[in-house]
Amino acid sequence: MDTMTADAIAREALLSRLRALLPAGSVLHTDEAQRPYECDGLTLFRQLPLATVLPSTEAELLAVVQVCRESKVPIVPRGAGTGLSGGATPHAQGVLLSTAKMSAILAIDPVARTARVQPGVRNLAISEAAAKHGLYYAPDPSSQIACSIGGNVAENSGGVHCLKYGLTVHNVLRVRAVTIDGEVVEFGGGALDSPGLDLLAVLIGSEGMLAITTEVTVKLIPRPQLARCIMASFGDVGVAGDAVAALIAAGIIPAGLEMMDQPATRMVEPFANAGYDLDAAAILLCEADGTPEEVEEEIAHMSEVLRAAGATGLRVSASESERLRFWAGRKNAFPAAGRVSPDYYCMDGTIPRRRLGEMLRAIQQMEAKYDMRCPNVFHAGDGNLHPLILFDANDPSSLARAEAFGADILELCVRLGGTVTGEHGVGIEKINQMCVQFPADEREQFFGVKRAFDPHGLLNPGKCIPTLHRCAEYGRMKVHGGALPHPGLDRF
Amino acid sequence: MADALMEQVRAAFEGGQRLHIRGGGTKDWYGEAPTGGTTPVLDTRGHAGIVAYDPSELVVTARCGTPLAELEVTLAANGQMLACEPPHFGPGATIGGCVAAGLSGPRRASAGSIRDFVLGAKLLNGRGQHLAFGGQVIKNVAGYDVSRLLAGSLGILGVITEVSLKVVPMPVAEATLRFDGIAQHEALERLNRWAGQPLPVSASAWADDTLHLRLSGAAAAIRAARHALGGDPLDAADAAAFWRELREQSAPFFAGDQPLWRMSVPSAVPPLEPDGGLPAAQLLEWGGALRWVRSAQPADVLRAAAREAGGHATLFRRGRSAAAQGAQPGCFAPLEPALLRIHQRLKAEFDPAGVFNHGRLYPGL
Repeated sequence: MDTMTADAIAREALLSRLRALLPAGSVLHTDEAQRPYECDGLTLFRQLPLATVLPSTEAELLAVVQVCRESKVPIVPRGAGTGLSGGATPHAQGVLLSTAKMSAILAIDPVARTARVQPGVRNLAISEAAAKHGLYYAPDPSSQIACSIGGNVAENSGGVHCLKYGLTVHNVLRVRAVTIDGEVVEFGGGALDSPGLDLLAVLIGSEGMLAITTEVTVKLIPRPQLARCIMASFGDVGVAGDAVAALIAAGIIPAGLEMMDQPATRMVEPFANAGYDLDAAAILLCEADGTPEEVEEEIAHMSEVLRAAGATGLRVSASESERLRFWAGRKNAFPAAGRVSPDYYCMDGTIPRRRLGEMLRAIQQMEAKYDMRCPNVFHAGDGNLHPLILFDANDPSSLARAEAFGADILELCVRLGGTVTGEHGVGIEKINQMCVQFPADEREQFFGVKRAFDPHGLLNPGKCIPTLHRCAEYGRMKVHGGALPHPGLDRF
Repeated sequence: MADALMEQVRAAFEGGQRLHIRGGGTKDWYGEAPTGGTTPVLDTRGHAGIVAYDPSELVVTARCGTPLAELEVTLAANGQMLACEPPHFGPGATIGGCVAAGLSGPRRASAGSIRDFVLGAKLLNGRGQHLAFGGQVIKNVAGYDVSRLLAGSLGILGVITEVSLKVVPMPVAEATLRFDGIAQHEALERLNRWAGQPLPVSASAWADDTLHLRLSGAAAAIRAARHALGGDPLDAADAAAFWRELREQSAPFFAGDQPLWRMSVPSAVPPLEPDGGLPAAQLLEWGGALRWVRSAQPADVLRAAAREAGGHATLFRRGRSAAAQGAQPGCFAPLEPALLRIHQRLKAEFDPAGVFNHGRLYPGL
C-alpha cells in the first residue's frame, strides 16, 4: 500500500468518526465547502485542512477533541477568522475547529456586571446586549463588528480604548475550556482572583495552543455618560509624537489616543468622510469620557497641552455623530487600504513611545528602499504601530518586497526596545521575528508552558513559538540575504 | 549581583538542594511554611535599584530587591503611582516580593490587580537560566504571558529578578465618604449599584455597620459624585490613615488571635452565613468582592461557603492558638485535579529539580 492510500484511508476513518459525533452539515470535507476556512485575515497563507468541524455544543467540541487526540490529529481552533497573523491558518494534516455555531449569550448579570457567553459571540454583540443596563464590554478591536470573543481571548485583543480600559486580559474574569486531555477546566471564576497560579493570565493570548475556549465570562463596565474627541493637527509627525508624551506627562490618560499620518488620512478620507485635516502631516485623535463636568474639564486640559505641544489646529467633536465619524475613519483604515491597493500587509509592532519619531523616519527610508507605500496608523497612547504596507500579491516581486519590508519594521521594533506584536498575535506571520525577539532559552521555556497544557503538541502546532531548527534556518537565510522571510507552509 | 544569584541557584540545582526565596521577609507568614525548616535562604535584597523609569512612558522597571517604599516615593515625585496600591506588611517590603505574593490593595476592584500591571519580568528558573519575558511596552502579545503568570506564584517557578510595571498618574482629586448605620446586605446592595454607574469609586470598606467609600478622579467628577451620594466626608489626613491601615491590616479588625480568612467571591453575593451564620466579625472590601472573616470555624465550612458563593477561601493568617494545634488546613483552597496537573507540569518545566519554595503554594509544588 503506498502512503497516499494510507493517508486517504486514515482521513476517511477520521471523517466517519467525526460524522458520527456531529449533526449533518457540521463536518465539512470537500474543497468547496472548506474554501471559506482556508485562511484567516492573513490571506497570504492559504491551506485546506483534512476536515472542518463546527460543533454546536461543548459536548460536541469535547468529543471532537477526544477523537483527534486518539488519532493524533492536530486541531486548529478558529473564531470568526478575522485574525491578522495566521493564528487560524489550517494545518494540512489537521482538523479546523470553528466555534462559529457556539454563539449564544448565556447570561447577562447587570448587578454583578458580567456577561457569560459562548466563544462564537461577536465582540460588539456583548456590548449591544448589555446596553439596556447602561453597561458595555470595553475592549474594542477595529474588527469588533465581526470578531468573536473566543478569538479575542486567544489573541488578547486590544482596541482603540485600551490605554484607559485595558486589554482582553484585564476584562475577562473566567474562561471555561476543553484541554487536549479531554477535560473541561475552569480558569478564573466569578471572583476577582482564584487559588493557585494565575493560569487565566497565560491562557489569554495563547493563540489557541493551550486549550479550546467553550465559555467566557467578561466584565461589563458602566457606559460613560458622555465622550468627546479632539482632532489635533500637526505639521510634523515627530511633533505629534512629542505631544503624546506631553499629554501623558501631564497626568492625562485619554480614553482613546490615536495617531494617523498624512498618507493614512488621505487614504481613509474618501472612504469614510471622517472630516480629517488632510493638510496636516499627522493628526491625533484624543478622547475624554465620563460625566459632562469631567469631560469638560479634561477636554480643556488636553487642549491646553496639545496647543503648547505645537498643534496647528484643534477640533473638538460637537456631537456624538461627529465623534463617531472621527473614529469611523480610524476604524476603517484597514478596509480603506484594501480599497486603494490590491493588497495590504498590516504590521503590529509596539515601541516605547519616545522612539516614535525615529521609527517613522526609518519607515520613510524603507518606503524608498523597497519602493512601496506605507501609510501609518498608530495606537499612540500605548506605542502600538500599524504600518500598512501596500502591495500587489499577484506580482511575486511586490509580495517578496512587502514581506521583507514588514520583517525590517518588526526587527527594528525589537531593536528600539519593543515587541513584534502588540495585539495581533504571532501566529505564523511573525514566527521568524520571534527568533529575533527571544533567545533560545526563553523559547524553550515557552515550549515548556505549551507542554504543561498540551504534552503531545496537538493544539495549533507550529504557531507562535519557533523551534530551534526554524530559528537556525532563519538566521542562515538572513546571512545569505534571502529576500523571502516566509518559506512554504510545509515547513510548519 | 544577578550573577551571584544565578550561581547560588545553579549550585542548588546541581547539588539537589532547596532554596527559600526571600526579600524583606514581610510576608513570611503568607502561604504554607516551606517544607524543610532549615532550607537555605536566597536573599534578593542585594539585587536592587530602579533600572529604567520614564514617566511619559508610564512604565517603571526595577530589580527585585528594590524597596517598595523607595519605588513609591520615586513614582510619587513624578505624580505617578502603582495602580493597585499593594500592601507592604512591613518596612522592608520589596517589589519582587510584592509581585510574587500577588496581593493588591484597596484600589484593586476599580484599577486592577498587581498582575494586571505587570508588563515584563526577568526570571531565574530552576536550572539557573536567566530569562526575560514580556517587555517594557504596554501592549505585547509575543509568546505566552509568562510575566503575568509569575504574579502571585509565590516563587515556585523561580526568582523574579526584575519586573516592569505599568504605572498610572495619581488622581487629581480624592474624597472619602462615611455612611453610618448601614447593615452588610444594604452595603452590598449600594456598592454593586454604584459600581454599575459611572461614578469615580476607587475603594470601599464596610465593617461594624459603617461604610467607607473613596472617590478618585477629576475634581468635577468628585464634586458631582459627592452631591449624588451624600455621606459624611473625612478630612484628608484621616482618610489617608484609614485606607493605609486597611491596606496594611493595622486596623483594629485585624488585631487579635482568631484565624483570618480571606473570602474572594463575586461582589453581588449576599452576606456569607454558612453553618447557620458566620460569626459577626466580617470586613468587606473591593465593592463586596473581598470579605475578611475572623473565624475559628473548620476550614471545610468556610471553604464550602466560599465555593457555594462562586469563590474561594484562603486561610490568610493562622491564629496563634490555632498554630499551636496539630494538623493544619492548607492555606489555599484545593485545586481541581485537572488544574493541579497543569500546576505540577508547569512546576516541572520551570523548576525540574524542585529548588524553589517547595510546598509554599501547595504541597508537592
